Amino acid sequence: MAASVAVIDYGMGNLHSVASALEHAGAGEVVVSHEAAAIARADHVVFPGVGGIRDCMAEIRRLGCDQLLADALADGHKPVLAICVGMQALMDSSEENGGVETLGIIPGRVRFFGQDHRTECGQRLKVPHMGWNEVHQCREHPLWAGIDDGARFYFVHSYYVAPDEPAVNAATFNYGVVGSAAIAQDNLFAVQFHPEKSHTAGLRLLSNFLQWNGTC
Amino acid sequence: MGLAKRIIPCLDVDRGRVVKGVNFVGIRDAGDPVEIARRYNEQGADEITFLDITASHEERDTTVHTVEQMAREVFIPLTVGGGIRSVSDIRTMLNAGADKVSINTAAIHNPELVADAAARFGSQCIVVAMDVKRVTNDATDAPRYELFTHGGRKPTGIEAVSWAQRMAALGAGEILLTSMDRDGTRDGFELTITRAIADAVDIPIIASGGVGNLQHLVDGIVEGGADAVLAASIFHFGDHTVPEAKHYLAQHGVEVRL
Repeated sequence: MAASVAVIDYGMGNLHSVASALEHAGAGEVVVSHEAAAIARADHVVFPGVGGIRDCMAEIRRLGCDQLLADALADGHKPVLAICVGMQALMDSSEENGGVETLGIIPGRVRFFGQDHRTECGQRLKVPHMGWNEVHQCREHPLWAGIDDGARFYFVHSYYVAPDEPAVNAATFNYGVVGSAAIAQDNLFAVQFHPEKSHTAGLRLLSNFLQWNGTC
Repeated sequence: MGLAKRIIPCLDVDRGRVVKGVNFVGIRDAGDPVEIARRYNEQGADEITFLDITASHEERDTTVHTVEQMAREVFIPLTVGGGIRSVSDIRTMLNAGADKVSINTAAIHNPELVADAAARFGSQCIVVAMDVKRVTNDATDAPRYELFTHGGRKPTGIEAVSWAQRMAALGAGEILLTSMDRDGTRDGFELTITRAIADAVDIPIIASGGVGNLQHLVDGIVEGGADAVLAASIFHFGDHTVPEAKHYLAQHGVEVRL
């Protein structure tokens, strides 16, 4: 039977595109909710995020979504996929909005690309990092099945994840700095890019997620 | 290798149909927007922009419905513009499935809307559209570009480069720059103002208005400094496909997603 998915909804941004891409990638029932029972019942959990980190964290805590996420992760084999700000929220802290303490699930910080951001050769880079960049896989993982190393995914962000321990990286991107494009740890997979907006490669990653049993 | 330059087919939609005119007049029907968006998605377009040029407010529901249908089938970023006047209009479009909204006239009447919208929904989904025209008082003056509204008919007196800087400072995530002198002419982008704005702001610039052949796309990126290029008629009427455009760009040293 096709996997059921709960998309954790903390009221920030439009979650329809995530839900509709999951359906297109072969999900069974997709629920968008912040009810503990709905999250617990689902086979797979998606933790999305759009917008400013301070407002996101305030809503995550107010609605108890931090606990829902912790419960899903503690399950140990329920596959959890964090996307964009959802990935950033997993770290210890973010430089956005003057400095915000985040969930502390993965040790590390979320850093600003900076004003007047440049490549090593001095070429100016626009911020936000917006568009299709290459995702360099650092290790094998079931979510990379059928996806070429270096395949392009759609990014849109001004802050990037820098984990304390680079071994958690499942992929990196290069945009003046080398940032984390994906993190994998036990039953958690987190991506900075938007698989729901990354056409064939993105839909393949979502389909891989739906077939994943939560172990690496 | 790094970030790819983006190719963005643009759908000008009037009462539920894709249309394209020359200098905003002489409209030709190009078909059903959902069908066309699906085709560009399959061809490997990097994003799709949907501009609602319908004058009447009553047609708004048609637009929302079209965006909903499009968002169910198109898994690349979708920008919706035309008649966006308030935070509530923005919320409606994002809820219908748009990833970004494009604000044009409303930003001129109320620049704070850009700041409010960026604070509420994030800069990543706020595109400020600028329709500019070259104006000259006498032949000795350096070229000056000003913002126009009402499809290029109404001058605002606002200078384009300083406006782009102000919009970026207020929280715009991207600038969609259309030359009203070039729009629909197929003479190529207006490169002078494109380069001036691309150099003046840190946020990405989408060049628009005037594409008639594939070399124009290269020029917009290489000479104009644009991060993305938007085109309508060369794709709608079958002159070129998106893959042809991308291969041409790649052959001319522009990094694209193939």
